[in-house]
Amino acid sequence: MSTIPIFADENWRLPSRGRVGMFSLIIGESAIFTIFVVAYVYYIGRSTYGPTPQILSIPIFNTICLLSSSLTVWMAEHAIARGRIRVFGVWWALTMTLGIIFLVGTAKEWARLIGHEGLTIRTNLFGTTFYSLVGLHATHVVVGLIMLSLVMLFTLLGRVGQRHAERIQVLSLYWHFVDAVWVVVFTVVYLLGR
Amino acid sequence: MADQAFPIPGSLDATPSRGAALLEWLHSWVVTVDHKKLGILYIVYALFFLLVGGAEALAIRIQLVIANNHFVSPELYNELFTMHGTTMVFLVGMPILFGFANYLVPLMIGARDMAFPRLNAFSFWMTAFGGLFLYFSFIGGFGLYGMGSAPDVGWFAYAPLTAQAFSPGHNTDYWALALIVSGFGTLGTAINIVATIISMRCRGMTLLRMPLFAWLMLVVSGLTLITITPLTAAQIMLLIDRYLGGHFFDTQAGGSAVVWIHFFWIFGHPEVYVLVLPAFAIANEIIPTFSRKAIFGYPAMVAASVGIAFVSVSVWAHHMFTVGMTSVSNAFFVLSTMMVGIPTGIKIFNWIATMWGGRIRFATPMLFCTAFVFQFLIAGLTGIMLSVAPLDWQLHNSYFVIAHFHYVLVGAIIFCIFAAIYYWYPKATGRVLSEKLGKWHFWLFFFGFHLTFDTMHFVGFLGMPRSIYTYEADRGWSTLNFWISMGGLIQAIAVLIFAWNLIDSYLHGKEAGNDPWDAWTLEWSTPSPPPAYNFAEDPVVRSRRPLWDLKHPQDPDWKYER
Repeated sequence: MSTIPIFADENWRLPSRGRVGMFSLIIGESAIFTIFVVAYVYYIGRSTYGPTPQILSIPIFNTICLLSSSLTVWMAEHAIARGRIRVFGVWWALTMTLGIIFLVGTAKEWARLIGHEGLTIRTNLFGTTFYSLVGLHATHVVVGLIMLSLVMLFTLLGRVGQRHAERIQVLSLYWHFVDAVWVVVFTVVYLLGR
Repeated sequence: MADQAFPIPGSLDATPSRGAALLEWLHSWVVTVDHKKLGILYIVYALFFLLVGGAEALAIRIQLVIANNHFVSPELYNELFTMHGTTMVFLVGMPILFGFANYLVPLMIGARDMAFPRLNAFSFWMTAFGGLFLYFSFIGGFGLYGMGSAPDVGWFAYAPLTAQAFSPGHNTDYWALALIVSGFGTLGTAINIVATIISMRCRGMTLLRMPLFAWLMLVVSGLTLITITPLTAAQIMLLIDRYLGGHFFDTQAGGSAVVWIHFFWIFGHPEVYVLVLPAFAIANEIIPTFSRKAIFGYPAMVAASVGIAFVSVSVWAHHMFTVGMTSVSNAFFVLSTMMVGIPTGIKIFNWIATMWGGRIRFATPMLFCTAFVFQFLIAGLTGIMLSVAPLDWQLHNSYFVIAHFHYVLVGAIIFCIFAAIYYWYPKATGRVLSEKLGKWHFWLFFFGFHLTFDTMHFVGFLGMPRSIYTYEADRGWSTLNFWISMGGLIQAIAVLIFAWNLIDSYLHGKEAGNDPWDAWTLEWSTPSPPPAYNFAEDPVVRSRRPLWDLKHPQDPDWKYER
């Protein structure tokens, strides 16, 4: 009987519910993206008419911006964990700027595709799959930016402190996920599918 | 709160009028974030739609009771079987199981609420709005002429029938939008349950000391995360096709209708396990309690549940043998489907081993669970039959398939849901359901179930296809169809007895006390109904049966468990 540690779990600690919740959301979101990516890959080259993926140009600058925003958000996480709110605000603002640059870049790309190449979502199968997959990702960037700007607003109002470090980290997980998905989308749409 | 325009005026000593009290009571249910209240809301919502979906099934059976019948119009018939399937899966099956998870999981793991109470309320109201939206289709859309614009494309909504050209109006849109909305609610609840079970367990409640109910809910919620989302994705594609002129499922532009079938069943087959695993969860709690033995093979049960979840995501195309796949894919899906038989077989043997040598008390919950074990066995065996591609080519889309999956959905899931309601109703209301009415309910439902669904296998063998509006008299299906419909009627009577039991026992039932069944999990240590905070002090757990330890301090479980 004495071999059984009765309260061996003195330090009864469980994972943070915020992280677990966000990871669960990410798993669910990954399934949505998987379906869209599978549809994109399956339909490559199956359009019976209209423009082909060759009209795409590789958005290198855009990609650099979005991927480096993962780095800046990580710096922001570090800053808030150490209680440096000002530094945190700067990195956070930089993250938002990079995200906005990405969106503007996407908008320019789409404007070119629609205006010059005549590719819309209804033009052909390629248009349908391209705009829905890239658009789904862009929607996630928009949602991320809305959440980032809320935190920015609270930071400017002076309501964010070191005690919020964990929440900031949970939110950053989402942003990292959006960036990671872009790696997949970029590879599939602009590298393999072109 | 205080400055809200909520109608409780006056000073503290004034008793509010009846109307005001009623309003306050309703208000408390609308704004609640308490997991127990939300659980009850889920269950009441699901039971309401169980009656609605059951009424639709009865209308279908009346239409088929004799040959060449014209009880309903063919258009309405299409709407009825579409709405019956959609209702039973999305508005009954998922909500009721999430309702039980909501109510019971925090109590079982010694937590005071779910991990995210407000997300919980949000999820419920999303689900509720989705259901109401789906039923608004009967009066909405293009109005009440005919029978409104309820979805009429089958619950799996195969392309290209759902294309704008073949499904004008808003029938298909109601289907897609309502399920996207309730799907977000489902996703929210699944996230919540996972986070609750991983992060909110009380001191000492290690993963391997968790009640199997909580374990299975963890597996189900994890599976839901990757199950409901592909459906949402596919439905977004469908709406892009219908409203933005997309070509995902448009074969003329190079799209593919088969891709929809794949996407739907990538959701649809794991969905079956999302529905049936909670039924297992219920049986895992009830069978040991009424056999007066601890569950046999706890680790094997956990492993089998996780195994089912893994296998279930690789079997979807056994719904598609007749679509015309390559023989390699056919063989793969035959084998993966048969593999499901291994973990489920483990479970059935463990339940039997739990009962074996036990001192079984056949109270109503146990009756339902015993019937469940044997009916689920038969459902599994016809499943193995259908997993063989050549036989499936014969039987696909016949009533044999209908009989098979209703054996799972009714014979296993509905039976377990009834068992769960009889078992946990005392906890939620403080009153025990009448055993006498319960026995009537069980035996009538059991008899009606077998009359309907056993017979259905044979009419399937005789070649009757699913979803047909009517049939000619010389087909030889008439007698069997008559008895199938009679069985449906008997089940309806049993459900009415059950509904009466729920109401009557709430008003006049026997007081339950904390622990009417002498059970062993933590929820029975709380008063019935439990207070809003669940546990006055956080419980500490040292074995899988904390209440056994409490009741038998000289012979506790933690002496033997490792």
